[in-house]
Amino acid sequence: MSKQQLQFKLVLLGKKKDQYHRESAVGKSSLVLRFVKDQFDDYRESTIGGSFSLLRLSPRWTRLTLSTLTAAFLTQTVNLEDGTTVKFEIWDTAGQERYKSLAPMYYRNANCAVVVYDITQSASLEKARNWIRELQRQADPSIVIALCGNKSDLAARRQVTQEEAQKYAQEEGLMWAETSAKTGEGVTDIFTRIAKKLPTTAPPSSRGGAGRAGAAGDRKGVDLNKQQRSTSSGDQCNC
Amino acid sequence: MDEEYDVIVLGTGLTECILSGLLSVEGKKVLHMDRNDYYGGDSASLNLTQLYRKFRGDQTPPSELGRDRDYAVDLIPKFIIASGELTKILVHTDVTRYLEFKQIAGSFVYRDGKISKVPSTEMEAVKSPLMGLFEKRRAKKFFEFLQNWKDEDPATHQGLNLDIDTMKTVYETFGLEPGTQDFIGHAMALYLDDDYITKPARRAYERIVLYTSSMARYGKSPYIYPLYGLGELPQAFARLSAIYGGTYMLDKRVDEIVTDTDGKFVGVRSGSETVKAKQVIGDPSYFGDHKESGKVRVVEDGKVIRAICILKHPIPGTDDADSVQIIIPQNQVQRRHDIYIAMVSSTHNVCAKDVYVAIVSTVVETDRPEQEITPGLQLLGPIYQKFVSVTPLYTPISDGKADDIFITRSYDATSHFETVVEDVQDVWKRIIGKDLVLKKREVEVGQ
Ligand SMILES: Cc1cc2nc3c(=O)[nH]c(=O)nc-3n(C[C@H](O)[C@H](O)[C@H](O)COP(=O)(O)OP(=O)(O)OC[C@H]3O[C@@H](n4cnc5c(N)ncnc54)[C@H](O)[C@@H]3O)c2cc1C
Ligand SMILES: Nc1nc2c(ncn2[C@@H]2O[C@H](COP(=O)(O)OP(=O)(O)O)[C@@H](O)[C@H]2O)c(=O)[nH]1
Ligand SMILES: [Mg+2]
Repeated sequence: MSKQQLQFKLVLLGKKKDQYHRESAVGKSSLVLRFVKDQFDDYRESTIGGSFSLLRLSPRWTRLTLSTLTAAFLTQTVNLEDGTTVKFEIWDTAGQERYKSLAPMYYRNANCAVVVYDITQSASLEKARNWIRELQRQADPSIVIALCGNKSDLAARRQVTQEEAQKYAQEEGLMWAETSAKTGEGVTDIFTRIAKKLPTTAPPSSRGGAGRAGAAGDRKGVDLNKQQRSTSSGDQCNC
Repeated sequence: MDEEYDVIVLGTGLTECILSGLLSVEGKKVLHMDRNDYYGGDSASLNLTQLYRKFRGDQTPPSELGRDRDYAVDLIPKFIIASGELTKILVHTDVTRYLEFKQIAGSFVYRDGKISKVPSTEMEAVKSPLMGLFEKRRAKKFFEFLQNWKDEDPATHQGLNLDIDTMKTVYETFGLEPGTQDFIGHAMALYLDDDYITKPARRAYERIVLYTSSMARYGKSPYIYPLYGLGELPQAFARLSAIYGGTYMLDKRVDEIVTDTDGKFVGVRSGSETVKAKQVIGDPSYFGDHKESGKVRVVEDGKVIRAICILKHPIPGTDDADSVQIIIPQNQVQRRHDIYIAMVSSTHNVCAKDVYVAIVSTVVETDRPEQEITPGLQLLGPIYQKFVSVTPLYTPISDGKADDIFITRSYDATSHFETVVEDVQDVWKRIIGKDLVLKKREVEVGQ
């Protein structure tokens, strides 16, 4: 236990649904997939309510991919040069943002947020601005927000200039980057920048779920997954 | 909205969200709608603004209560009993990863004008003023009998048959005093009235075992509670549903349950759109006062009064506990139903520091319900704010199989979620035609 391990909750936000109520996704789940597994699947359609490993699949398939989901419960670790390990507990929206139905639980205790827009759709930057306003309203004031212009491989169809996005990010005090979940460009970089910034700004996540070591202070919760109670005080009523 | 769904779920209360989550995991295509812009329906936890809007119209919350976002005030007073069925569902569906739980610090029972802690350790039991010396010996024999009971071993039965002999007979066998019977039946078996005494003892036996095994699990009390309030529970199951493809629409008005000429469910109309599905599940509020065809689908089955009380101090006589349950057995206050107090505080991230939120509740017996809870209110000390509601309890009049309309029950007056899970299991069976079996998923997937 010489090195420090910190855990942070990271949420993803970004446009869903264009003005014709069509799905037009910016690549949140793809970014996570690239970051966590270094994979990109061109054929996968935008996540319909699915978390990142659950694509638009038949219900039966969905059930079968569960093992993948369980095994890789959206966590990824970044090792920093100073020896600190930053573990991201990644929450994808699971599509609940589509009809303004994101639960408060989603924002709760989020240490950082990646707000994604698609550089080939100017409307998606507008949407990103809304999400950032929403975060500033709902989330903890210490939250680290990164604005991420995805699909940089499609620069030929660019509708959002780098200058415009960067200027906005500067005004709001956000981190900013362009990424491509498809080629991987900029992906590790932005998550690493977030990892470096976090320990200096945000208290680590206190919500330690099943089997994960929360960096919590004195807030001792109970673990439902343990069969018996952990504190063996010997004087319990065993009637 | 031209897609067709397997199931439309109306209302995001806990019952509906558990069903929605389980059905999505099962592979059903689910659309989940709620008329409110928040999750939880009648089992939601509200922030101060929402709470005041619900009970006080335009009045804004006093600033001395602190920040709005620090509050998550439960609308129904319930705790999770540690070894109960809800815990099993939470663990098996793995939604525990979205939640964090803490213990409720203590359970108390009212006797002769004062409250005493329900012993959680043998040490506490020995010291407890709830029983005299000889009665404690008799109680010990009774508990040993329950603990040692094995269905297959008649030697452990002491001549009793739990499926035939009434609880009255069992109490008499061990010579337990009426006060002890009250304590066991109400503070441990958590019966709201005394009807159980004349029924076969099996059910009471199971409830006492549930209580004591829950007590043994984490120590201080048999209950656990989710940080940020009970409203987190429906949200967690909604997330499970969404991960398995469920579609969520909040703030969506539901204007009509559309049926065909035979009365069979066709779809749900919202404004000018109608979404079709094979089946619909919903809480009673979506089926009660529909103008459509004046069809009666639910009946009122009693009323519950709940008084949400904001306090600036812990409840007197509880050793400054940060959270408690207090049971006032009906006999103690000449009623038919017990009065419950459930209190939580900032330890559970449901209110600002130095604020305590207690809910006093009971089944309504007279036409002056607020007077009925006076014995409970009196235990609280000065009450800073009080929000009172009298809620009818609805049950569906049909099992839904004929018309594919499946209606859940209102949240009852019991102190935990076991009846909610019973409702989930019941609706599941009616919809799927099989019992709800929780499998270990890893095993299921791996093979
Ligand atoms: C809610 C509840 C749960 C219980 N759970 C269990 C259980 O899980 N397992 C179990 O074995 N028993 C249980 N009991 C029974 C209780 O724990 C026993 O009666 C107790 O342990 C005393 O047992 P004893 O054989 O030492 O007998 P006792 O003869 O009753 O006394 C033990 C000692 O305590 C002293 N004492 C007894 N009562 C008092 C009193 N009121 N004030 C001051 N001193 C007193 C006596 O003088 C004696 O020295 C439970 C009782 C209650 C009310
Ligand atoms: N060309 C390109 N396509 C991408 C990129 N990221 C995602 N996509 C595609 O965009 C669509 C939506 O991606 P998805 O991750 O599901 O979006 P989400 O709904 O925001 O989670 C999918 O078809 C992806 O293959 C990218 O960087 N470049
Ligand atoms: Mg997605």
